[in-house]
Amino acid sequence: MELLQVENLSIELLPGKYQQAGRLLVKPVSFSIRAGEILALVGESGSGKSLTSLALMRLLPEALAIRSGRVQLAGTDVFDLTEAQMNSVRGRMAAMVFQEPQSSLNPVQTIEQQIGEVLRLHKGLSGAALREKIISLLHEVGINDAEQRLGWYPHQLSGGQKQRVVIAIALACEPQLLIADEPTTALDVTIQKQILELLNELRRKRQLAVLLITHDMGVVAQMADRVAVMRYGEIVEQAAAREFFAAPKHEYSRALIHSLPDRRHFLSAPAQSEPLLQLKDVRVWFAQRKGILQRVVGHTKAVDGISLSIGRGETLALVGESGSGKSTAGRAILSLEPLAGGELYFAGERIDQLSQRQFLPLRKRIQVIFQDPFSSMNPRMNVRDILAEGMIALKVEPDAEKREQRLQALLQRVGLEVAHLDRFPHEFSGGQRQRLAIARAIAVEPELIICDEPTSALDVSIRGQVLQLLQELQQEMGLSYLFITHDLSIIPHLAHRVAVMKDGVIVEQGDTEQIMTAPQHDYTRSLLASVPVSPV
Amino acid sequence: MLAYIIRRLAYALPILLGVNLLTFALFFMVNTPDQMARVQLGDKHVSEEAIEQWKAQRGYDKPLFINTAENSEGLLTDTIFFEKSARLFVFDFGKSDEGRVIGADISERMWPSLAVALPTFIIGISVNIVFALFVVMFRASAFDTAAMVLCVVLLSISGVFYILGGQYFFAKLWHLVPISGYLAGTDAIRFLILPVIIGVVAGIGGGTRLYRTLFLEEANKDYVRTARAKGVSETAVLFRHILPNGLIPILTSVVVVIPSLFMGSLLIESFFGIPGLGSYTLDAIQAQDFAIVRSMVFLGSVLYILGLILTDISYTLVDPRVRLS
Amino acid sequence: MNELMSVMNELLSIKPVVLWSDVLIYILVASLGLFFYQLSKNPLARQRWRTVFHSRAGVASFIVILFYLLIALLDSLHYRAPLEKTEGSDEVHYSQEVHSVLDVVLTELRNKDEKTYSAPFAIYSFAKENMQTDDGVVYRDFPRLANAGQHLADEADHGKDVFVRSMKALLVAAFISAVIIGLHIAWRQRQQRQQCSRGLTTQQTLPWGTIYLTQSLLVLACCWVLELSKVYHILGTDKVGQDVLYWSIKAIRTGVLIGTLATLLTLPLAIVLGISAGYFKGWVDDVVQYIYTTLSSIPGILLIAASVLLIDVYIETHPEQFNLVAVRADFKFLALCFILGMTSWTGLCRLLRAETLKVSQLDYVQAAHAFGVGHNRIIYRHILPNITHIILIALVLDFSVFVLAEAVLSYIGVGVDPSMASWGNMINEARSELSRDPLVWWSVAAAFVLMFVLVLAANLFSDRVRDAFDPRSA
Repeated sequence: MELLQVENLSIELLPGKYQQAGRLLVKPVSFSIRAGEILALVGESGSGKSLTSLALMRLLPEALAIRSGRVQLAGTDVFDLTEAQMNSVRGRMAAMVFQEPQSSLNPVQTIEQQIGEVLRLHKGLSGAALREKIISLLHEVGINDAEQRLGWYPHQLSGGQKQRVVIAIALACEPQLLIADEPTTALDVTIQKQILELLNELRRKRQLAVLLITHDMGVVAQMADRVAVMRYGEIVEQAAAREFFAAPKHEYSRALIHSLPDRRHFLSAPAQSEPLLQLKDVRVWFAQRKGILQRVVGHTKAVDGISLSIGRGETLALVGESGSGKSTAGRAILSLEPLAGGELYFAGERIDQLSQRQFLPLRKRIQVIFQDPFSSMNPRMNVRDILAEGMIALKVEPDAEKREQRLQALLQRVGLEVAHLDRFPHEFSGGQRQRLAIARAIAVEPELIICDEPTSALDVSIRGQVLQLLQELQQEMGLSYLFITHDLSIIPHLAHRVAVMKDGVIVEQGDTEQIMTAPQHDYTRSLLASVPVSPV
Repeated sequence: MLAYIIRRLAYALPILLGVNLLTFALFFMVNTPDQMARVQLGDKHVSEEAIEQWKAQRGYDKPLFINTAENSEGLLTDTIFFEKSARLFVFDFGKSDEGRVIGADISERMWPSLAVALPTFIIGISVNIVFALFVVMFRASAFDTAAMVLCVVLLSISGVFYILGGQYFFAKLWHLVPISGYLAGTDAIRFLILPVIIGVVAGIGGGTRLYRTLFLEEANKDYVRTARAKGVSETAVLFRHILPNGLIPILTSVVVVIPSLFMGSLLIESFFGIPGLGSYTLDAIQAQDFAIVRSMVFLGSVLYILGLILTDISYTLVDPRVRLS
Repeated sequence: MNELMSVMNELLSIKPVVLWSDVLIYILVASLGLFFYQLSKNPLARQRWRTVFHSRAGVASFIVILFYLLIALLDSLHYRAPLEKTEGSDEVHYSQEVHSVLDVVLTELRNKDEKTYSAPFAIYSFAKENMQTDDGVVYRDFPRLANAGQHLADEADHGKDVFVRSMKALLVAAFISAVIIGLHIAWRQRQQRQQCSRGLTTQQTLPWGTIYLTQSLLVLACCWVLELSKVYHILGTDKVGQDVLYWSIKAIRTGVLIGTLATLLTLPLAIVLGISAGYFKGWVDDVVQYIYTTLSSIPGILLIAASVLLIDVYIETHPEQFNLVAVRADFKFLALCFILGMTSWTGLCRLLRAETLKVSQLDYVQAAHAFGVGHNRIIYRHILPNITHIILIALVLDFSVFVLAEAVLSYIGVGVDPSMASWGNMINEARSELSRDPLVWWSVAAAFVLMFVLVLAANLFSDRVRDAFDPRSA
């Protein structure tokens, strides 16, 4: 018996201020879920998967409307219900878990109030019974000391705990269907693993039907019974998980699966030469001020004594979760952050005591690529000005005509067109922008590029292309990369050596193969364990 | 918490000092007491003696900062700065140019000001919040659009016209209330009704619009979606989730004006003949009484800074995110 | 031919007067031109402005504002007419009165003073006077007005005459509008054909219907006023018999200028300090924050009142610098604008500081640092262009605030010079008129209507601008 049956559901953007005609965002899609089953709805941002889930609950934003289709939940047609009847479906028969635990809880209500609200509404519980139920729910989703935490506000909880509370709210009234919209995307990998395990366990215990929406093939591989791949508002392939991973039919599915890490092939380290960049016991501290006079009472030790080195033509991956200090370390190398201690050497010369002016010649040799392709380029400048800025400031090519030729060659090298020179950043897609950012960095012919999560804002299918480009450039120009990332899955393709960072210190470093196959430190092991693996 | 308040108060001191120095510079250095005397005495050809006498009567004949004629005691204290500016810090406002004690006037006249300003403030905010909630309830409908157009129209009308119109219709044409004037005690109510109504109505346009924006900002947040997904009805979402969150920025933004309510409103008080601090200031401006204007500038700044401190404290009271972190 | 010569002569013999506020309004108009030129270059900004002008309220209010601006501009071309030569002297003396080009346009309204109040369209005075019949009997009655309805043969035709003249104005207006719209439609069609032949797709067009309608209404208003003011006082006359409509139109320049100049005069201060604080941080930030907290802690109206008092003192003690009434009024006016700006720049400065803090953390500024780009260049190329929307929003939002503030300040007695036409001064005078019986309502109504239209247009326009440029609402 199918619990949820979706037939030919389509969603349109209503005609509004800025457009005349309505636009179909989700073309008719059909799928179904059985009790106790997890269906993974996979797709990249903008593919319409979240809209589909909101439409099931009739929670679409005002500018959108359901154009056609039927949704049957346990035999009742959801679109036939009145709004009041619908309210008794939401939270009781079907519940939702959202992506962003930071914002999906009401900041001014306690946990008890927020979980209590749904129980009061659908179960009519109150008083001691209500309290007891809340506590048992909190226990069930794995929150310790539930009794003490009842009066807490969301901001007092960590991201993972908040997501647990959201799950508790969703499960409070024993719904039959759970819609989880990217439930782990905003969480660190180690937390992600715990939340996924929790969901899986609850599903088994309660015979929940789960619609799991995600862009992460690793999550799909770990969780799904069946898979539906969505692209441009259409479901392009639907299959059982085992079948899907073994023999994907659609080309796009193959590209998605291909993005999963291959753990069998590693880059071999290039012949060791003298190190290009060397960090010795580098520390970056931020002052904490307190009290009436705002005296410095202590320091946040963002980077607390790290040592590493990168050779010419080598890629070192600096891996860590958010807040581990890896980006701060990158900024310190660029002299954008003052050092609290330690020494920095570049090509044998000490560089950490140079003034900004003395550092200028080095700016040509050390460059950077940032994470967010949308904020890394000035929206008011055209591509020509953006690319030429560094060349002019560092006097790489003062002659305007030659510079123009170089710019054209650069654009073509990174896979863009000469005509793009007069465009503005907002006219490019995320992947194209990241190519521009690469072109801007290599325009001044650097020796070392600090890549600060250059692919984590990109969709998986584009990620591979950008990484490929970086590798080609490395071979052509003999570049060295310091590759800062939280994503272990891309490392085997990319890095010669890996350094794992946690709380401002490096817990382990070594060759990629050694770290990935035989980690020594517990933290590295837990990181690796939480990386989803392809089942094939 | 206590350390926090002490620190805020400590921050306020240099600012008050700045205000004090600034007003001192404006009133005694940009314009010399000589020029003030000339303007006050009216005639362009006044004798030097008359000017000196005028200055001496009001204590403006002393040196600005340092009195070299005095011994160590009076070196700094027997100067215009000390007598006229530094004393403001202990709320010693001195005498007006007419010879009245300003401090006494202020403590007497702030009550009528408060009697008008406080009800206007409280009723105004409540009315605006209710209207804004009402509009938000029907958001993205024709009613919403119409209400917003009406708000823009209302806030495009100068406050003067609200007063003139109100006085004409309510007092002159329909004889519902006295046109202006004031009596102490419970009789005051008769005289307060119209100014309060006008104060409230004049603020509806801007207030409703602003609060609607604040509520709508909350309505688009993720936690509201979570609440809907729980099965909470639209009305309950509005009152249980959007309202409490939206009230935080509203309450904390209005706290800053609470101390300044004592200062009254220049316009309303003068049109309705209410003997408050607003009309007191206005009379002083029109009579070019520099001593009173100077005192009111300083008092206004003190109250404003007090308001800022109260704002910070109010945040810690109403917002759990600030309270507990 | 002779006539033309004499007109030319007269034109050559006038003496142009350039007041400081005139210079500023010329600069304002020039920068508006520059702004539209810049606009055509940056596609992102163009796109945002397109959403402003594609909304009907946005484009209609913009046209109304332009119309007010045009009047203000005409009223800012000042001159002094030569006096009749005294016999035996070759020296040309100039009138002490300063006129503007607008005065020439409104000659019909300007030179028709009555003795005292008269109601709109009235042909009789508002107050009774002692008069004599031909045979010497003295009686008290309302006298006929000197400059209104004199052409009427029969007083009973009064209403009919007003109607006929209104119809005439309507016809003229309809004709002018039809010509303008017709020409424009023809031009648009040609443009479209050219675009089609070049294979360009036509973009979403502006709401031309609204534009035509607004334009036609303005033309109609102009025609009607010019036609009827020939023989009537459309909005009556004031206490000393001056035409109310004339003065309320003259007040437009004051309103428009105060709305724009108050922000513009202190804009450099806000930009320099705000950006410095947000960009350099550290002690610069501390100093700037101290300055604006101190200034903003003084209640605005008191700061204005105190400063204006001091300016009055300055003017009274330095009479030699202000030989003309217009020059004195202009000085006081500019000072008032500056002081108004001083009370508001702190807010803008705070916003700019916050936005600069945010922008300078963005990756593209970090990238510029990584390229070793200098501070000045980073501020000029990266920071400034990305915070201009804040400045723009502040400009349009403050405009209506200042226009409204002028009325209140003039009422309190710390506004513009009493000799200057302003809505605030009109309201101030109207206070005593409202207690008269029967009521003298027309000056306050005139001020109300003209001010309301401007402020409403400004508010509607600023709403659209904020919607289009504020990233939060996008």
